[in-house]
Amino acid sequence: MAEPGAPILEVRGLRAGYGAVEVLRGVDLELRAGEVVALLGSNGAGKSTLNNNLSGIYRPFAGSIRFLGEEIAGAPPTRIVEAGLVHVPEGRRVFPDLTVRENLELGSYRRGRAARARNLERVASIFPRLGERARQAAGTLSGGEQQMLAIGRGLMGEPRLLILDEPSLGLSPLLVEEMFALVGRLNADGLCVLLVEQNVVQSLAIAHRAYVLEHGAIALSGPAAELARDPALRRSYLGL
Amino acid sequence: MPSFDILLAGIVNGLAAGAVYVLVAVGLTLIYGVLHIVNFAHGSLLMLAMYATYFLFAKAGVDPYAALPVVAGGAFALGYVLYRGVVGRFAHGKDENILLITLGLSIVIDNLALFLFTGDTQTIDVAHAQRMVEFGPLFLPRAKVIAFAAALAICAALGLWMARSDTGKAIRAVAKERQGARLVGIDVDHVFAVSYGIGIACLGAAACLLMPSFYVSPSSGHAFVLIAFTTVVLGGMGSFPGALAGGFAIGVIESLGGLLLGEQLGQIGISLAFILVLLLRPTGLFGARR
Repeated sequence: MAEPGAPILEVRGLRAGYGAVEVLRGVDLELRAGEVVALLGSNGAGKSTLNNNLSGIYRPFAGSIRFLGEEIAGAPPTRIVEAGLVHVPEGRRVFPDLTVRENLELGSYRRGRAARARNLERVASIFPRLGERARQAAGTLSGGEQQMLAIGRGLMGEPRLLILDEPSLGLSPLLVEEMFALVGRLNADGLCVLLVEQNVVQSLAIAHRAYVLEHGAIALSGPAAELARDPALRRSYLGL
Repeated sequence: MPSFDILLAGIVNGLAAGAVYVLVAVGLTLIYGVLHIVNFAHGSLLMLAMYATYFLFAKAGVDPYAALPVVAGGAFALGYVLYRGVVGRFAHGKDENILLITLGLSIVIDNLALFLFTGDTQTIDVAHAQRMVEFGPLFLPRAKVIAFAAALAICAALGLWMARSDTGKAIRAVAKERQGARLVGIDVDHVFAVSYGIGIACLGAAACLLMPSFYVSPSSGHAFVLIAFTTVVLGGMGSFPGALAGGFAIGVIESLGGLLLGEQLGQIGISLAFILVLLLRPTGLFGARR
C-alpha cells in the first residue's frame, strides 16, 4: 500500500473525444493515496469520456495519465486493469447470462486470481445479498443488486484505484444512502476511489476533494468541504 | 411399415450420424452465439479438415482417430489465425460484411481445394473401423459407434470447459457484454479468435470421425453445412443444448425419412421439420426469445 499522500493518479492536459469531436479539452486531475475524490458535472460535461480514457476503452488525443508512476495513456484495458485501475462502469455492465458467482470470478480474470477464493468471501460479506444469490443469473437481479454486483466484481480485481461511475444512478434513496456509506467503508479500509456522480451533496459529504467538470474542462476543484460551500457550485448544481 | 427391428436400426443409425452433425453444429452455433457471425465458410473448413485427415492417413499412415487431436489442434490454429487476419478484421458488426467475408472465404477455399486436390472423391480404408459391433438385435459399423461416443465426449468436455474455465466464462461473457468484459481486463479480440478457433476445431474433430465412413471431395462440405445450418436453426441460434438436440433430431429424421420414403425423398423430412419449427417455434427448440 502506498504511503498516505503519495500520488496514485496524475492526469495532465488530457484531450480526448470521439472521432473529430473533442470532448475533453485539457483536463488536469490528481488523486493521492487514501483519498476519495469526487468528479462532478452535469450530463455531457465529459465525465464518461474521462473514465473511458482512464480505463483504456478509448485512446486519448493528447496528454498524460500516470497511474502509480506508470504512463498508461493509450494503453489497452488489459494492461490498465493489470496495473490495478479498475473501472466500475455506468450502467453496471454485468454479464447477464452468467451467474453472480461467475461474474465475480471474472472480476479476477486479469488480476487477483491467486486470492480469488478469499476475495469471493470478502465480497459476500460486504454484499450478503450477492452471497445469497450466487447461483442466480446476473440478468435476473434488480438494478440495485446489479450495481452491488458490478462493484463486487470490481473489488475482485484487488484495485489500487476504483473508479465508480454513477453508482447511485437508478437506485432508491435508501440504497443510495447505503452506496455512499459503502464507499466510505471501503475507503476506510484503504481503497482509493474516484467517485463520478451527479449526486453532489452526498458525494461531497464523503469525498476528501472534488473536481467539477464543465464543457470538457475542470471548472472548479478543491477540498470537498470548501466546494460544498461554494456559491457558484450551489447555484448551478443545487439550485440554491 | 417396416418391422420394429428395422425402425430401431434406423433410429440408432440416425443417432450415430446425428452425433457428427452435433459436432459440426456446435462449432457453428458457438461462433454465432459469441461473435454473431454466421459462418458460411463452415462447410469449406470442414472439407479442408477432411482432406487433412485423408492425407495424414494416405501419405503418413496416421489412423484418423489417432489424428484427431492433431487435426483439431491444427483447425483451432487455422481458425484463430483466420479470425485475427481476415474474418474479425473485416466482418466487425456489419451483417453484409460478414456474409461477404465468410462466403468469399468459402469460395476461395473450395476453389483452392479443386485446384490442389482435383475434383475426385477420395476415401480412406480404415479396416478396423469397418468391423461390425453387435448391440442386442443390431449390428453397427465400429466407425459409427466411435463417432457417436467421441462426438458426445467432445461436446461434454467442451460444455464442461465452457462452464468451469476462466476462458470459457470469458467466452460466455463477451457474447453479451463486451464493454463489461474489457473492463475486467478480458482481451476481447483474443477471446473472439479463440471462440472462432474452437468452432473450427470442432470441425477438425468431426472430420476425423467422418473420414472412416465418408468420402471427401472439394464440395463435400456443402452437404454438411446445409444440415448444420438446419440443425442450428432447429435448436435455436447460439444455443449449445439446441445444437445437441437439433443434431440428433436431424440425424434420426434423415435416417427414418430414408427408410420410409427411400433415399431420394428421405432428405425431405429435414426440410419439413425445419419448416414446422420455423412456423411453430421460430426461435428454435432452445432459442432465447429476444
